[in-house]
Amino acid sequence: MNMNMTILGQIISFAIFVYLCMKFVWPPLTAALAERQKMIAEGLDAADKAARELADAQQSVETALQESKAQAATIIEQANKRASQIVDEAKETAQAEATRIKVAATADVEQEINSAKEALRAQVATLVVAGAEKILGASIDVNNHKELVDKLAAEL
Amino acid sequence: MASGMTSSEYIAHHLTNLTYGKHPVNGWSFAENGQQVVEMGFMSINVDSMVWSVGLGAFFIWLFSRVGRTATTGVPSGVQNFIEMIIEFVDDNVKSMFHHKSAVIAPMALTIFVWVFLMNLMDLVPVDWIPHLAGLMGIHFMKIVPSTDLNVTMGISFSVFFLIVFYSIKAKGVGGFLAELSLQPLGKWALPFNLLLELVGLIAKPISLALRLFGNMYAGEMIFILIALLPFWAQWVLSVPWALFHILIITLQAFIFMVLTIVYLAMAHDHH
Repeated sequence: MNMNMTILGQIISFAIFVYLCMKFVWPPLTAALAERQKMIAEGLDAADKAARELADAQQSVETALQESKAQAATIIEQANKRASQIVDEAKETAQAEATRIKVAATADVEQEINSAKEALRAQVATLVVAGAEKILGASIDVNNHKELVDKLAAEL
Repeated sequence: MASGMTSSEYIAHHLTNLTYGKHPVNGWSFAENGQQVVEMGFMSINVDSMVWSVGLGAFFIWLFSRVGRTATTGVPSGVQNFIEMIIEFVDDNVKSMFHHKSAVIAPMALTIFVWVFLMNLMDLVPVDWIPHLAGLMGIHFMKIVPSTDLNVTMGISFSVFFLIVFYSIKAKGVGGFLAELSLQPLGKWALPFNLLLELVGLIAKPISLALRLFGNMYAGEMIFILIALLPFWAQWVLSVPWALFHILIITLQAFIFMVLTIVYLAMAHDHH
């Protein structure tokens, strides 16, 4: 084993390789590593943030749901109230209408009765006169005995 | 094992680099045997070590820069994932041991880790395949594991050594660095002793780095070569367990080289 110029050749090659490594190998690879490290850190951050946002969103959904539920309950209650009110109103109207119709009918009936009575009375007067004529055998002057006849009719 | 060779010739053949250099007699030529390699001395170069190490380093740069260019910040693909894992592993190590600002340390640690690992990995290629192929092409010697060549490990460790000295001076100034070398551990009255001790300590860093890696890989390679001396039908009994165990050694040695480099450079930045 003898030393020769190979050692100088090795020193030169080593220097060149170190230089090339410094220039073309180390910087791009470490840069890529650092970049990836940053990306992973950012990704983890983003995941954290997303999880937090999700929790927030769930919270707000919960709140919104609660609110709408309450609102729906209110609306239903109002609707129920309104419905019963309408039913009540309708009932009242119907009752009033019924009363009115009854009153009108009663009045009509009364009137009919009265007119029938009037007619009967008139006829009774005639009948009475006729009856009396027959009984008396003489005619009764309607005009002379008008007062009497009317009194009779009124008594019937 | 190639026919017509004794065991010692086979081993020596597998441990000889393809060396090109200035031979006193033949001039600039490829060494034909170990003797000529020795005769060439310093004015020679291990072509196989250079080709394989530069090739593996280029492969590392090509693969990693390609992934770096196409790196997505989304879900990484298989290769990108694997490479990011290595980058993060190296980056974690650097950050836990080196607390100063430097644009060089982390890329250098990555280069050392991957490059040394790839060079060690060649050890797992069966020892005869590539040398035999090279032999067919007329190349006599071919050592494909660059980290079993002391020149290669020394080359890296002395680069680290230069950086240790450079950063020591940069962080503490020339005076501070000299003071660190000479005024401790025993104070200024034992200056020569301190200097000797600290210089040995300083030199021991790159030497131990290089020898540790070289020794481990050389020993591992040697065991593979010895296993290859067995009859072909018996080799797997030893070579498979050793290869599995060697995967651990390969990774561990690359890791140790990287970690010690970081530690030494962190020490260079620190004030005592």
